[in-house]
Amino acid sequence: MSVVLENGRRQFDYWATVYKRTWKGSLVSSFLLPLLYLAAMGIGLGSFVDGTGTGALGGISYLQFIAPGLLAATALQIAVGESTYPVLGGIKWQKFYFSMIATPLRPADVMYGQLAFVAFRVLTTCAVFLLVIALFGGLATPWGLFGLPVALLVGMAASAPVCAVATRLDNDSGFAMIFRFGVIPAFLFSGAFFPVSQLPNWIEWLAYLSPLWHGVELSRDLSLGTVDPLAALGNLAYLAAWFVVGTWFAVRGLTRRLIS
Amino acid sequence: MDASRVWKVSEQRESLVHARGLTKAYGAFEAVRGIDLDVRRGEAFGFLGPNGAGKSSTMRMIGAVSPVSGGTLRILGMDPATDGPAIRARLGVCPQDDTLDTELSVQENLTVYGRYFGLSRAECRARAAELLEFVALTDKAKVKVDELSGGMKRRLTIARSLVSKPDLLLLDEPTTGLDPQARHLLWDKLFRLKQAGVTLIITTHYMDEAEQLCDRLVVMDGGLIAAEGSPYELIRDYSTREVTELRFGPEVMSTDHDALAGKVEDLAQRIEVLPDRLLLYTDDGERAVAAVHERGLQPAAVLVRRSTLEDVFLRLTGRTLVD
Ligand SMILES: Nc1ncnc2c1ncn2[C@@H]1O[C@H](COP(=O)(O)OP(=O)(O)OP(=O)(O)O)[C@@H](O)[C@H]1O
Ligand SMILES: [Mg+2]
Repeated sequence: MSVVLENGRRQFDYWATVYKRTWKGSLVSSFLLPLLYLAAMGIGLGSFVDGTGTGALGGISYLQFIAPGLLAATALQIAVGESTYPVLGGIKWQKFYFSMIATPLRPADVMYGQLAFVAFRVLTTCAVFLLVIALFGGLATPWGLFGLPVALLVGMAASAPVCAVATRLDNDSGFAMIFRFGVIPAFLFSGAFFPVSQLPNWIEWLAYLSPLWHGVELSRDLSLGTVDPLAALGNLAYLAAWFVVGTWFAVRGLTRRLIS
Repeated sequence: MDASRVWKVSEQRESLVHARGLTKAYGAFEAVRGIDLDVRRGEAFGFLGPNGAGKSSTMRMIGAVSPVSGGTLRILGMDPATDGPAIRARLGVCPQDDTLDTELSVQENLTVYGRYFGLSRAECRARAAELLEFVALTDKAKVKVDELSGGMKRRLTIARSLVSKPDLLLLDEPTTGLDPQARHLLWDKLFRLKQAGVTLIITTHYMDEAEQLCDRLVVMDGGLIAAEGSPYELIRDYSTREVTELRFGPEVMSTDHDALAGKVEDLAQRIEVLPDRLLLYTDDGERAVAAVHERGLQPAAVLVRRSTLEDVFLRLTGRTLVD
């Protein structure tokens, strides 16, 4: 364990340097899209929904209904983005992972470093986004701030398995599939915009399989102060399982790829 | 304790790389098919061999990043299967393909790399400045690696392998793509590193480089070691002291070369017929030339030169391309 931490510390400067070089470029992709959604759906669609009475939402505004879910969905998107091209780049294009394992670092350390960087990106982006949400009055209660750790967990639950897939890809065409058949459906049917119970039964069950739905549930329940401890524990455990199992496969995939 | 035993122990300690029956297989394909090696502390050891001979595969095993398929391998007295990180902490590696981070600056590539070895930031900065000076990239310190020429990237990769002040330096074709100035500069520096006690393992396709740098080398071919020795020993054992090259004018068809070769066969220890010339391997080249003229042959051009490693290499591995 202490070796893992030490080897993580040794990678700090690398990731800090990468971040210094890329943060400006990632601003647009990180913030613009979620803000657009927030404006269009929360405020635009929201004023329309709210105008017809907020009874169905239990007395909160539509913005307050979707904001916690949108936060979790943003975490997912950032996490997947940071776990696709950067990971394959380290293996195939720039090959910097190979330079890392020529040092005392091991493939597992390299994977943990990558995941830690994803965590940092998710956390910082979501923190800013949460601030914006709060300023727009998107939080029904201050408890909504706990959406941040939930967003982090959602991010990691998505990042680890996507890294695992990326370490097994030969080219980037697989990423289009991940976005098309993974991220976008998960986003649309996450329950962020409407309760998934509105959906036909089989889609509803598919939605329950997605880690994002669990993140959205948790995030919204926290924000509205409607947490059911047992359900919340279930959500947490489900997200943690995706992260842990995903990490195991990601480490294994990277090891096989770097060591031949 | 008897003397032979003491001697054995000390030899063991001095052997930084010790391999017996070492093999490397990728699936069903065996790239390294059982080699024995001993690289002793302080020496410069070279791998020569045609493309696909298994040089890089061997280097990666020694670099403790590629598991051994069979046989034994000890590096710095340790087992790469269990002590990989401890071994790699004391190695400097310049891989055949550059693995630089092209998004980072030249300097950042060095400082960040030093951190992987646990060096302090100050130490990394100082080492980076020193090494950039050495590879003549100080002007480019702040430039993104993307913008460097191929040879500059190569120099940066070499500099990077030195950041951690390694005991054992593994250089896989370090000078491929370098201009003559840079190559000579590097030889100079490697020589000084060797003097300072660093052990070098080098693969190269440049025979002059091997001759200049290596105390001892092996010629690999098809995953096996074809010959081993110092450059001098190899030339002595696998070639002659001199080579006489006879060129005949364009009016002499290359098919006639065989007939010509028949006439001078007995003048050399070995004779080689090439499309454009005849090579006579002999210890006294001038005498061979005189004899050729005595027999009434009129080569258009004659060259007498010393045997080189290249002659050894071509003799051992053939002139044809494999694969
Ligand atoms: N990762 C790998 N997977 C499968 N085969 C490999 C792998 N690496 C090398 N080989 C094969 O092993 C053989 C030896 O390759 P290696 O790179 O060791 O040769 P080399 O002597 O370094 O050649 P070169 O002079 O071209 O660099 C080649 O036939 C190559 O195709
Ligand atoms: Mg090679």
